[in-house]
Amino acid sequence: MGSYILKRLVSAIPVLLGITIIVFLIMAMIPGDPATAILGAYATPENVERVNRSLGLDEPMVQRYFIWLGNMLTGDFGRSYSLNRPVLDEILERFNATLILAGTSFVLCAVLGILAGVVSASRQYGFADKAITFTVLIGISIPSFFLGMMMILLFAVNLQWLPVSGMWPIYGDRTLWVLIEHLTMPALALAAVATGVVARLSRSAMLEVLRQDYIRTARAKGVPERRVIYGHALKAAMVSIIPVLGIQAGFVLSGAVYIEIVFQWPGVGRMLVNAILQRDILLVQGGVVFVAACYVLFNIAVDVAQSLLDPRIKT
Amino acid sequence: MPALQVSELSKTFDRARPLFGKAPPGVRAVRPMSFVVEEGETLGIVGESGCGKSTLARMLVGLLSPTTGHIEIEGKALDNADPAAFGRLIQYVFQDPISSLNPRRTIRAIMETPLKLLYGMDRKQRETRIAEIFDSVNLREEFLDRYPHEFSGGQAQRIGIARALAAEPRIIVLDEPVSALDVSVQAQVLNLLARLRSEFNLTYLFISHDLAVVEAVSDRVVVLYFGSVVEIGRAERIFNSPKHPYTRLLAESAPVVGRPLTEPEQKGTELPDPLDPPPGCPFAGRCPKATEICREQDPPLERMGEDQFAACHHPLEG
Amino acid sequence: MRQFLKLLFRNRLAGLGAIVLGAIVLLVLVTPLLPLPDPNATATGDRFLRPFSAGHLLGTDHLGRDLLARLLYGTRLSLAVGLAAALIAATIGSAIGILAGYFGGRLDNVVMRGVDMLMAFPYILLALAIVAALGPGLLNALIAVAAVNIPFFARNIRGVTVGLAGREFVDAAKLAGMGSGRIVMVEILPNVLPTIVIAMSTTVGWMILETAGLSFLGLGSQPPQADLGSMLGEARAALISAPHTSVVPGVMIFLIVMSVNLLGDGIRDALDPRLKSGALSRPRATTAVDRKGPVPETPQQGLLDLQELQTQFHVGERIYRAVGGVSLHVKPGECLGIIGESGSGKSVTALSVMGLVASPPGVVTGGAVKYDGEDLLSADYKSLRRKRGENVAYIFQDPLATLHPLYRVGDQLAEAIRVHHRVSDAEAKRRGLELLRSVRIPNPESRMRNYPHEMSGGMRQRVGIAMALANDPDVIIADEPTTALDVTVQAQILSMLDDLRRERGLAIVFITHDFGVVAQLCDRVAVMYAGRIVEEGMTREVLEHPLHPYTSRLIACVPELGGGRRKLEAIPGLPPPVDKLPPGCAFAPRCPKAQPECQKGEIALFTKEERAVRCLYPEETFLEEEMADARLAGE
Repeated sequence: MGSYILKRLVSAIPVLLGITIIVFLIMAMIPGDPATAILGAYATPENVERVNRSLGLDEPMVQRYFIWLGNMLTGDFGRSYSLNRPVLDEILERFNATLILAGTSFVLCAVLGILAGVVSASRQYGFADKAITFTVLIGISIPSFFLGMMMILLFAVNLQWLPVSGMWPIYGDRTLWVLIEHLTMPALALAAVATGVVARLSRSAMLEVLRQDYIRTARAKGVPERRVIYGHALKAAMVSIIPVLGIQAGFVLSGAVYIEIVFQWPGVGRMLVNAILQRDILLVQGGVVFVAACYVLFNIAVDVAQSLLDPRIKT
Repeated sequence: MPALQVSELSKTFDRARPLFGKAPPGVRAVRPMSFVVEEGETLGIVGESGCGKSTLARMLVGLLSPTTGHIEIEGKALDNADPAAFGRLIQYVFQDPISSLNPRRTIRAIMETPLKLLYGMDRKQRETRIAEIFDSVNLREEFLDRYPHEFSGGQAQRIGIARALAAEPRIIVLDEPVSALDVSVQAQVLNLLARLRSEFNLTYLFISHDLAVVEAVSDRVVVLYFGSVVEIGRAERIFNSPKHPYTRLLAESAPVVGRPLTEPEQKGTELPDPLDPPPGCPFAGRCPKATEICREQDPPLERMGEDQFAACHHPLEG
Repeated sequence: MRQFLKLLFRNRLAGLGAIVLGAIVLLVLVTPLLPLPDPNATATGDRFLRPFSAGHLLGTDHLGRDLLARLLYGTRLSLAVGLAAALIAATIGSAIGILAGYFGGRLDNVVMRGVDMLMAFPYILLALAIVAALGPGLLNALIAVAAVNIPFFARNIRGVTVGLAGREFVDAAKLAGMGSGRIVMVEILPNVLPTIVIAMSTTVGWMILETAGLSFLGLGSQPPQADLGSMLGEARAALISAPHTSVVPGVMIFLIVMSVNLLGDGIRDALDPRLKSGALSRPRATTAVDRKGPVPETPQQGLLDLQELQTQFHVGERIYRAVGGVSLHVKPGECLGIIGESGSGKSVTALSVMGLVASPPGVVTGGAVKYDGEDLLSADYKSLRRKRGENVAYIFQDPLATLHPLYRVGDQLAEAIRVHHRVSDAEAKRRGLELLRSVRIPNPESRMRNYPHEMSGGMRQRVGIAMALANDPDVIIADEPTTALDVTVQAQILSMLDDLRRERGLAIVFITHDFGVVAQLCDRVAVMYAGRIVEEGMTREVLEHPLHPYTSRLIACVPELGGGRRKLEAIPGLPPPVDKLPPGCAFAPRCPKAQPECQKGEIALFTKEERAVRCLYPEETFLEEEMADARLAGE
């Protein structure tokens, strides 16, 4: 197992390099002079010159890439122009908030989604199945940002149960309970779509598995039905559910961008959108590479979980 | 001139290189083998799963390029794996009749392809030719505008045979042509094949795991084990008086009415691991007659009696 | 195509989706013709008018612009952009996927590495990076959304193409002289197309949502032009004071995406061949029993006694009479063979015994299955479950498919014991080991820890047999247990089964299509054709003196080893489909001896002691008087 994890980590290196290359190439698409793009059309020529040199933009592209990569490896992601502080500091601070939000949503979507899917499949065409299918359909069709806005209207403005937005109150203690209060709405709004997707997939994976010959074998042995479904069938269905959880983690991370905007959550997503609107290229570059790298590592964890479950995967 | 001459033909599949270290040795699916098929003959090829019979078949029709060796059809060397060049000389009938027909094309479109591409026939010529072929395989022409899923296994296999005939080949490789069919339909297809052979003076390579079927249709039989030819002989003799212990094991294992049930071998029998082949004769591990030499030297194929060849250090008497 | 539409609209939800989407599309198509105010005309005096105000059906926004006009024009834009993005992504992605999948090798390697890297991004990061580079704008948002979806299509389509490229019909096309280009266009593309359509129909809603999302963030359409996303984005500032400005575009996005999703699901279901056959329903714990007639009161014969059993498959309007009244019995220590071709109903008969026929679509519609006097068809689930494996156990055909791939062999054996007996882990394991030894598996200790895929076919089937023996059942039903195995392995398994039966006094019901196997293993044999027993008797009797013309012809058309080269006696024609059985004898259309009365009415099973035949003109004289009467009655 250890060697498998090591192998997966080693094989992640080219992927990570690929990610930096893709980001670098996309950023190279910026039309015109990057420094002008960063500083705006009214920048003085001296400033443009200075920025160009500080970005190493007078070098050829390949060299520029390696300089940028080398700097990142030493922890130097550059300096944010709009915030006037090191990019990495800003990212680390913001990523913490995103992790809390996205992590909670991910756990919610995995647990609720699989549960709903299994219940739905085991009562195919029954009332519970229909109710779940209907809810799921609404869940995957409603834009998360719209859902978030409607939740604010209902729970924060009308019912006044929960705070409107933010992660912490401006005044007052930062206790866990306060965090949960602030987290509830954004986490639920963010989890809605992913939960729907996981539930649908779990349902169809379960239905597929329940038709397999080894389920008939289990029944022929006299295994009680409950155990057939929650043991034999669910275990086999997890083989196709786990990779989808990995993909959904990416969707949750992506959806966090909208939710952070709607709920004023101080995370990486909101930072990135602001950085784009202010053309703070280094902040965008750094943020994208950092989050993508974390996602790659997460997916390795997913692969390892999969290999623990399924002995047919060569370790 | 023989219809087909195969010399030193072999196929080794490369294995993926691990992240660190050298690539492991390839899997030898077919070890160098040579044999000749005379014109108008049916050569049966038998063996159990993993013996390399399908790999051999795919090389013979040019779907797979051999690692070593030569294939000669009617004196013409065909060394490059180009199915189109092979197609006019040698054709293939597949095991699974339904999946060998594209589900989204009509039977007519399927039948026309070889006529158009291999012989450049115009529409009129094609129509006449298809009518002739369909007539000879007992298929109605109204089938032409239907799709493959509308046919039973037996009908689909006849369509597969008709397609092979359309290319006017000299040789047809029949890869388990009846094993997906029900027994009552099997006989229909086998008899059709026999009639076509004499009608068009075809040469057959008949691959099957069913010894009785092979014996019933073949002139000579090749027995494969673990990628090698272990025995070649006349169909009526090879299972009645085998020279190789593996051939005898096969013959004794086949269930026959009136023969009491005995376990032909007592040991736990596993095929040798193709990823880690043993030295010497691959059958030595299962062979009751194996001695030291068997575990060290791979026996060559030698003539043993008239028309019979076996690769064994201790051939059976009789 | 007509069949596709019929399938599509049989799904009521998909029909609903089509209607809603159709209405929206129609509405936005005629929008320029409608008498609407200019969507961009501002009137600050009329800010935030509520819905149903004079002249503004849906009210106005923060600049006093008419919401209805903006909604319709915004919908137009959102739909167009989403659709365009989907088309671009599908075209480019599918082309990449097909080429990589078909040609494989280095091209495939390079392309798929690239795809993996693109998929290593949470998709929005890539979209954000592209928009950051190109600058905010609707066209750039479209490019970004299309670009992030290309890898999805490429990977999906590649997978399907790889499967197709290895199929026999592609090989056949090569041998027919087709070049690669033609194969891709003629053989591959038509087969991939349904998958592309499915992938598109299930993602287009998503892409509409995504472009709206980028606009919502202010990175898509720029003012004054507005799509649904940017309308929602602009309205967010006034969420609390004027919620209708948010609700209007939000509900529209929801309606569009939901109707697209409903329609997409419908399309997927209609195009997916597995769903087409209605197969994706969950088999229940036991077969449904819906007996039309009374339970037969015939006295028990043998230990397991099937009496007039009828099992059908109800698929849509069609009724397949898989088992049409089968009576069989087996005594302790006896081996009964059931022989027949595929579709003869032999497996369904076997599975009906313990309620293992997949249901839906299977239904037992008549007869009884009596085990030791008790009718199993009337038994409730609890008592049936207790008998499964404990009294009657099964061995199935393909041991790779019938063993659970994710449990160790030892655990599967132990489970078989523990679901019926309260024993400790160690005891279950000890018994498991003993079982593996009894089926002669070498090194049973280490084999206990193997997973099924780590064993050979023969070893797996031994495990299957060990599992059936786990609770010392009285009856074992073996459904073609050696068909998937090589002959040398088959011989070992058969002789082992024979030994076990003699040692343990087991009753075996052995289902096969092979006369050789029956001859070697079975005491008695029943021949099935089109769901009925046509002949029954002691094995030797039946093989040497077959009574039914079907039996004798079937024996004649199977070659037997040692006979040398010969012409086989083929049976003309095909077995009848069991949803369209002819009246009278089902074999009559293929029978050379058939007379008109054979096809008139039900033909009885003429029985004399162990021997029985369902034929008016048997191959040898049998019950001459009864038969003469029956023939006369038929005329």
